[in-house]
Amino acid sequence: MALAALSTSTAQAPADTSRKSSPVALFLLLPGILYLVLFFLTPLVSLLLTSFKAPTEFGDFGQFSYAFRWENYADVIATYWPHIIRSFGYALAATFFALIISYPLAYFIGVKARRWPLLQSLALVMVIAPFFISFLLRTLAWKQIFSDESFLVTSLKAMSLLAPDAHVTGTAFSVIFGLTYNFIPFMTLPLYTTLERLDVRYLEAGSDLYASPFHVFRKVTIPLSMPGIVAGTLLTFIPAAGDYINASREFLGGTGTQMIGNVIEANFLVLQNFPAGAALSIILMSVILVFVSIYVKKSGTEELL
Amino acid sequence: MATGTFAESGADLELVGIHKRFPGFTAIEELNLIVPAGSFFALLGPSGCGKTTTLRLVAGLEAPTAGRILLGGKDVTNQKSFQRPVNTVFQSYALFPHMTVLENVAFGLRRRKMADPVEKAHEVLRLVELDHLASRRPQQLSGGQQQRVALARAIVNRPALLLLDEPLGALDLKLRRQMQLELKTIQEDVGLTFLHVTHDQEEAMTMADTIAVMNKGRIEQMGAPQELYELPRTSFVANFLGQSNLFTGPVVGTTSAGISVDVAGQKITVPVDRAHRTTGDITIGVRPEKLTLHRSKPSHDPRANVMGPGRVIDVSFSGVSTQYLVEVPGVGKLIVFAQNMTFGSEIREGDEVWLSWAIDHGFGLEDDPANAPRFSPDLDTRTIAAQHLLEEA
Amino acid sequence: MKHSIGKWVLPAYSALALLILMIPIGYTFVYSFNDSLKSNIVWRGFTFDKWLNVCNVQNGAVCEAFGNSIFIAVVSTVAATTLGTMIAIAMVRYRFKFRSQLSLFLFLPMATPEVVLGAGLAAQFLSIGVPKDMTTIILAHTMFSISFVVVAVKARVATLDPALEEAGRDLYGSALQVFLRITFPLLLPGILAAALLSFALSFDDFIITNFNSGNVTTFPKYIWVSAARGIPAEANVIASAVFILALIIVVSVQVSGAARAKRLAKMN
Repeated sequence: MALAALSTSTAQAPADTSRKSSPVALFLLLPGILYLVLFFLTPLVSLLLTSFKAPTEFGDFGQFSYAFRWENYADVIATYWPHIIRSFGYALAATFFALIISYPLAYFIGVKARRWPLLQSLALVMVIAPFFISFLLRTLAWKQIFSDESFLVTSLKAMSLLAPDAHVTGTAFSVIFGLTYNFIPFMTLPLYTTLERLDVRYLEAGSDLYASPFHVFRKVTIPLSMPGIVAGTLLTFIPAAGDYINASREFLGGTGTQMIGNVIEANFLVLQNFPAGAALSIILMSVILVFVSIYVKKSGTEELL
Repeated sequence: MATGTFAESGADLELVGIHKRFPGFTAIEELNLIVPAGSFFALLGPSGCGKTTTLRLVAGLEAPTAGRILLGGKDVTNQKSFQRPVNTVFQSYALFPHMTVLENVAFGLRRRKMADPVEKAHEVLRLVELDHLASRRPQQLSGGQQQRVALARAIVNRPALLLLDEPLGALDLKLRRQMQLELKTIQEDVGLTFLHVTHDQEEAMTMADTIAVMNKGRIEQMGAPQELYELPRTSFVANFLGQSNLFTGPVVGTTSAGISVDVAGQKITVPVDRAHRTTGDITIGVRPEKLTLHRSKPSHDPRANVMGPGRVIDVSFSGVSTQYLVEVPGVGKLIVFAQNMTFGSEIREGDEVWLSWAIDHGFGLEDDPANAPRFSPDLDTRTIAAQHLLEEA
Repeated sequence: MKHSIGKWVLPAYSALALLILMIPIGYTFVYSFNDSLKSNIVWRGFTFDKWLNVCNVQNGAVCEAFGNSIFIAVVSTVAATTLGTMIAIAMVRYRFKFRSQLSLFLFLPMATPEVVLGAGLAAQFLSIGVPKDMTTIILAHTMFSISFVVVAVKARVATLDPALEEAGRDLYGSALQVFLRITFPLLLPGILAAALLSFALSFDDFIITNFNSGNVTTFPKYIWVSAARGIPAEANVIASAVFILALIIVVSVQVSGAARAKRLAKMN
């Protein structure tokens, strides 16, 4: 899958330096680039422009004109700061849990299961299987499983592991659980592709040089799988921070778990407060870009991009 | 366009004033070359000497910065690769993995709309003795078989000129020997012009009629293998094609038969017709197998040079011959190959020895000794590494 | 003794993790057989009815949404795969100015949260006054798929030995013949994988679609809208059928790949 290829795309182009730019290259590039400029870049620009719009004087509800109303940003931050903080908090938590759950799994599939190719393929298919069932339906399935009348919750209450009046859905737990579940494949696949290529002789060399298994893992395995860790965490964190399905009230969330995606959606599609939705989108995008560039620099994997 | 017809015979290849510059470096500088029709011509040189670039220029896969390429007298410089009656056996073979062996071989015939492509493909596969594997995929063949398919795929088109880009490099030694002989036989059978690029001097010498030794984008020397070996013109050729003992000194006397050079107080004579320079400081040399070792100073012989005394500092036995390393004070280290005509080695490490060789076996180089590296036999890894560093610098 | 227990920790853990991954899939599949009424929350007994009469519920609303999703996915996949493959070939095979900047630019859509992509397009369509319908959804899906196609195909192009194309030219193939007979067939597995991914991304997308769909209902949007008043079991039927189909495709690709590897291993 290409998601896995994301972590392997550092493959070097053949050292064919002789072929310079040519009309052919331009012909190949132009349509796609033009498309992305029209439908990716200009939308971002119009998002930026929209974020500064002011309500049209004497206009109808939902009508705005071009302006430079920077107060839009102050307003949305004042109104929605809990949603913004919650989004990044939930996304970080989900990324963390996805990493600690996925790493052993990816290690098992990529390293331990090498001797049994059939098992390896089967496990890999199971990892990507959630992709094949509707995102919304698999999230709803968890909602049913966690609902107050469900077998799981009533049993937990009967065993007094859960307070009688407690709920599972609509809590921070269920939203983070949903995010973690939904993005585990995005974490596991890049980890798998780097671990699958890990030469076990490095590990043997490590233990040959008197390193304990823990030290081998920390000093050899982790650094060698760093590209996979970076790709996986990015592939999990970015969509998780902008997600609004899991946190939605109809799914795993409640009133106190709304994330930035939910308020962007509400402002755009329900409240028709386009400038507020646009300002929130710009904030989300900026925070993610800053976060990603610091993270990529810190982990020393710039070439991944 | 050459499509639609087979070449009747091999064609002359002529390169006139070829230059090829890439951004940042010059691959070929002023290359002039004539490959006669029907010959087996080898371009020999170390990696990065421009030989592969030359081949790609001839194939039409690169365009020269300046100069012309003529094939059978016709200017093909501006023809595209697929318009030239030239085919290549690629270093990696470049067999199409999604086609069978037969489809691979018939590919060029079909593109040129030749009659009976399948029948002709089978015919050439029989020639390389692989017809029984015609329906296999290339990945299912061994390295040697793939090499033969690549050769068949090229020669089935009857190109006027066949280019071989180190096609034997990927094979192991034994298979390589066998393929060398096969290639030579096929070339004689089909009578095409072969242009063979290689860095393997032994391969070039066993197969080619003519060898051009390339270095740093230029041809150092060109000629029959034996001629290049016996009478190298530069120190590069003297040491790239086999090994040589080289000495430098001033010319101290000239007679009709030879010129005498003072090498650290020892007078060494080289025939006039085998010396490229006759005055001032010159570099002269002799091949290691031409030297004879003596336990005592040999009696004077007007037809031989004598050098010594020296001390044997290393003896290595390699079956057919024994290699001695002799240190002569003031001259340096000399290599001697001696046939093992008797059991064991009579001369041991530490023995005092004299060396002699027939005057006729010596040669004088064209290089200016001031620029040429002093003689240092590439014996130990340290000198080889140092030479590499020098070349790269 | 301690050692032999330790050996089983990782496999047992992995089996458990994979099992948990399967739970919602199993749940969705099982509830596609539920003899449910309007909503499909409580188990009311087993039936094949929903599988046999998928389109009968709500005047075929589920099937209409499904049809829309398929149509959108097919069109956007063809467009994105074509554009992305062209970019991927150019990126690997040609040197040009601003190449590294371009590759960063191509990475950006993947690093942008979907909600921002969706909102941006919605803002653009709003400001130029384009009504949102099927076309706007297709335009949006093509946009986010291109980058994924580029990544998938680029990996394949990078492993393609340039000497193969040179050999094609050397053997009298014109530029077009070389592309059609050598480059394209050799890239085909990568292109197909990219197309499958693009299809899957489009088919399952809700976030971007929601911003740009207007009155058009896709399959995920149908679920979103119905979530409040209850989703009919027919939705589970469609999702399960799609799941089984995708599984068959992936497994057969894996099996044929493994078989080919085995055959090759036997030869050598």
